[in-house]
Amino acid sequence: MRRFFLSAVTVLALWAMAIFIALPTAVAQAKSIKVGAILAETGGASNLGGPEARTIKMQVEQINAKGGINGDTIELIVKDSGSTPEKAISFAKQLIEEEKVLAILGPSTSGETMAIKQICEDGKTILLSCAAAEKIVNPVAKYVFKTPQKDSYAVKKIYMEMQKMGIAKIAVLAGNDGFGMAGKEQLEAIAPEMGIQIVAAEVYDKGATDLSAVVAKIKANTEIQAVVNWSIVPAQAIVVKNIRQAGWNVPIFQSHGFGNLKYVEAAGAAAEGLIFPAGRLLIADTLPADHQQKNILTQYSTEYQTKFQEPASTFGGHGYDAIMILAEAMKKAGSSDSEKVRNAIENLQGFVGTAGIFNFSPADHNGLDIESFAMLTVKDGKFVQYNEPPVLKTISVVK
Amino acid sequence: MKAGKYIPVALLALVLIGIQQLTQMTGTVYYLTQMTMTAYYALLVIGLCLVMGYAGQISLGHAGFFAIGGYTSAVLTTYNLTPLLEKGNVLISFMQASGVLVTRQSLYGQTLLSVHPWPACIVALILATAIAFLIGIPVLKLKGHYLAMATLGFGIIIYRVALASEIFGQADGISAVPGFVLLPDLIVSGDFNNRVQNYYIACSTLIIGFLLLQNLIDSRVGRALRAIHGSEEAANAMGVNTTRYKLYTFVLSAVFAALAGILLTHYNGGIGPSEAGIMKSVRYVAIVAIGGMANLWGALTMAAILNFLSLRGMFGSYDDAVFGSILIIIMLFAPNGLLRLPIWQFFKKSPAGK
Amino acid sequence: MTSQLFFQYLVAGITYGSIYAIVAIGFNIIYNTTGIINFAQGEFVMLGGMLAISLHSMLPLPLAIGLAVLITMLIGALIEIIFIRWLKSPSILRMIIITIGISILIREAALHVWGEGVRSLPYFNGNEITTIQLWGTNISPQVLWVISVCSIIVLLLSIFFKYTSLGQEMRACAANRLAATLCGISTKNMVTFSFMLSAGIGALAGCVVSPITYTQYDSGTGLAIKGFTVAVLGGLGNSMAAVAAGILLGIIEAFSVSVVPLAFQDAISIALLLLILFIRPHGLFGSKEAAGLKDF
Repeated sequence: MRRFFLSAVTVLALWAMAIFIALPTAVAQAKSIKVGAILAETGGASNLGGPEARTIKMQVEQINAKGGINGDTIELIVKDSGSTPEKAISFAKQLIEEEKVLAILGPSTSGETMAIKQICEDGKTILLSCAAAEKIVNPVAKYVFKTPQKDSYAVKKIYMEMQKMGIAKIAVLAGNDGFGMAGKEQLEAIAPEMGIQIVAAEVYDKGATDLSAVVAKIKANTEIQAVVNWSIVPAQAIVVKNIRQAGWNVPIFQSHGFGNLKYVEAAGAAAEGLIFPAGRLLIADTLPADHQQKNILTQYSTEYQTKFQEPASTFGGHGYDAIMILAEAMKKAGSSDSEKVRNAIENLQGFVGTAGIFNFSPADHNGLDIESFAMLTVKDGKFVQYNEPPVLKTISVVK
Repeated sequence: MKAGKYIPVALLALVLIGIQQLTQMTGTVYYLTQMTMTAYYALLVIGLCLVMGYAGQISLGHAGFFAIGGYTSAVLTTYNLTPLLEKGNVLISFMQASGVLVTRQSLYGQTLLSVHPWPACIVALILATAIAFLIGIPVLKLKGHYLAMATLGFGIIIYRVALASEIFGQADGISAVPGFVLLPDLIVSGDFNNRVQNYYIACSTLIIGFLLLQNLIDSRVGRALRAIHGSEEAANAMGVNTTRYKLYTFVLSAVFAALAGILLTHYNGGIGPSEAGIMKSVRYVAIVAIGGMANLWGALTMAAILNFLSLRGMFGSYDDAVFGSILIIIMLFAPNGLLRLPIWQFFKKSPAGK
Repeated sequence: MTSQLFFQYLVAGITYGSIYAIVAIGFNIIYNTTGIINFAQGEFVMLGGMLAISLHSMLPLPLAIGLAVLITMLIGALIEIIFIRWLKSPSILRMIIITIGISILIREAALHVWGEGVRSLPYFNGNEITTIQLWGTNISPQVLWVISVCSIIVLLLSIFFKYTSLGQEMRACAANRLAATLCGISTKNMVTFSFMLSAGIGALAGCVVSPITYTQYDSGTGLAIKGFTVAVLGGLGNSMAAVAAGILLGIIEAFSVSVVPLAFQDAISIALLLLILFIRPHGLFGSKEAAGLKDF
């Protein structure tokens, strides 16, 4: 008999749930366009999703304060995926079918983006990913775009700098997250054509406590002339620190995932002289006044800094680009019709974002060229434009 | 009341059908997406309930079995064998001739040759069974914290291997997993048009699993398990082969987990390392505990409610926090589960018969 | 392998090992007085680090660390009083789940208080690149700090448990709870005290390792798993053995890097743990009899 009551309770609970879900959802308001965002505000990728979510919320507030776009306000629905693909999938379906959003911004990681790519294609919903991996837009899917620069350009930038310095044999250390793996892939793929040889490669975990053992392993290989440390997690600062602690003065190249002043603070004195490609957001205040991006970069980084009491990072910038590209496309299209906005994004030319100047085309759903990267370095705990080392210059003068 | 025990299950089936009809009427069919996912997670949870509640063994590594099922099926059904076939690999040509392989078109029009989901599913289940046996024999000799640590360790190893191996897609996991054609016109996939069908596939799998466990618990095996839970030594003395019963229940629950992993992977069209993470295992254990340990109905209800709300994103960034709070509150005030609170005594007509 | 490389691996191993060991000690104290494993121990480590970092912005470093340790001890005591003190003989399973719940809550609270960003205390001596030459290899002074703090804690603990009456009462409580109660010892207070002590040690550990490992809201979990592994490896309840096992595991991990990719490092150390659990469940250094008696 007892079981009977237990089951009756279960059944009642399920009915309660059924009634709860059957309640009509909030009545759609006129003149408000729903835009979804799936971001990793918590979980393993929260150092990306956090700034992205804050930035997108801030920008939407501003857009709405200015009266919206084409007279319509944006209703932003942010979903925290906790950096897991299964939640991203659930939320993507929810946003597409239930909320009928115009577009989805994010996700923050390439794994989540790849997981919902097909869903957005099937649901004919624009996806503006904030993840870097090249496979998101290559091959091109009709509704899928991304805002961070291509990995391959960052790799080429690094290799070009290496060629100038006469470096041919390198070691690669990468994070074991999606960003690190995609970068490692590109580093390995492009190396031969640039005359670079990767003689050692290792990956490390985001939870790494200390990496001096792997540094010792790589250091023991005397062929190595430079180290590329490709990661997006804080542990990348540990690598840098351990290399310098081992008394190894090898040139270290970082990826565009290093674009967060917190990482520089974490690495402290060891961060001095690191070389890495990044968008110009990090050096906004030192850009010449006539630089195309100057205005928007300084405006965004000051606003972010004042509002959230932390320096702007390139990750937040990817979120900024995603929402602003969408807003611009809506303006251009003059409507909030999904197809029209999608076409407008695909034909967007010369859009100035934080990552660079976007020129989309049907074949290129990223829209950034290699010039969107500048080579930066760290000097006195700040990001500055990287100029060729004076040593090399004097040599060339002697020649 | 031999037949009586099927009445509640029949009621449950009616409710599940009712929910589907209700969503149809109100135009809220999209809720079925999360309900389908929830049903698969619930399948794992009721399996774990058997191990924890009835055999009294904690397992902090069940997400590992889920991942073994999901990943094996995902790798086999997405790995493109065309290059191997072109190289003249005998095994592959034999497999193709025997109908184990299928060809399909990728999103970009590329032709892929891969293993059919059915054989992939069978391989995944066999693998999960084998691993459960191998790990179960030594692990189930341990008790208390050691058992918790050993199963947790097993889960971590699976997570690490998934994260470190190129074949498992590392951090990105595996995406573009094709639908699972159970029968012609009966496909496990996330396709928007297949939603109602998939809801029923998931619900029937869950109900069949539930009936299986319910019958098991009411049988000799169930009595033996309860004896083990009470006192392993006493059970042993009475001639119950405790080691074997513990092992079999562990393996059975691993198969449940693997099956849930396989079906959900095909439904989602992909799987990532987070499915193998420690937090997932902890979540499953917690749901069983909240449901009242030796209580299949409790585990089922809690799995349904908590997973559904979490997948709907009801708690936003506070998902884990809400979960942790529920966990603590129930463990403190209702350690035997919500459905065993004294308040329910009120509804009882007479003391429960033996 | 050249001798220089050998020493580099060795030093790296000692660095890892000392971090694991200092976390493991905290587990043992609560285990000894209560017989439960506190799955929230890693969160004490994180809290100590986070609090010290926040306090350091207005206080000098030693003061900030001291205060952080005190606050964490208070939190430890509160947690015990609110969640554990009033339970009547809870089962192991229930305790495991409650402490897991507590760890989730502390972590989520930290996320909403401090945000997701990474922080760290400054190096106690020198900075990120300061090193000391030792056996022809470089070692960061912070590693020496971790090792010394670890040794001092173990030393003080053994003095405390052997010679102070409070320590003896706690041991009595560990050996036989009922007998201890009959002797007039308040076992409940002893349990609260053990939570305070291990929270304090965890917090101190969090402060000392923060410059090396950094502190993030979720950094406690990883450390706790390693600490737990080490505690079990050494034999649950034995702090001295935990330190030895910690250093041993660290060295094994460091040398494992020379043969297998770093990506599998964790899988290897956990596989090792499983192996030990299967063949010597009382730990590497514990004997079966001692495990039965539960001594410090």
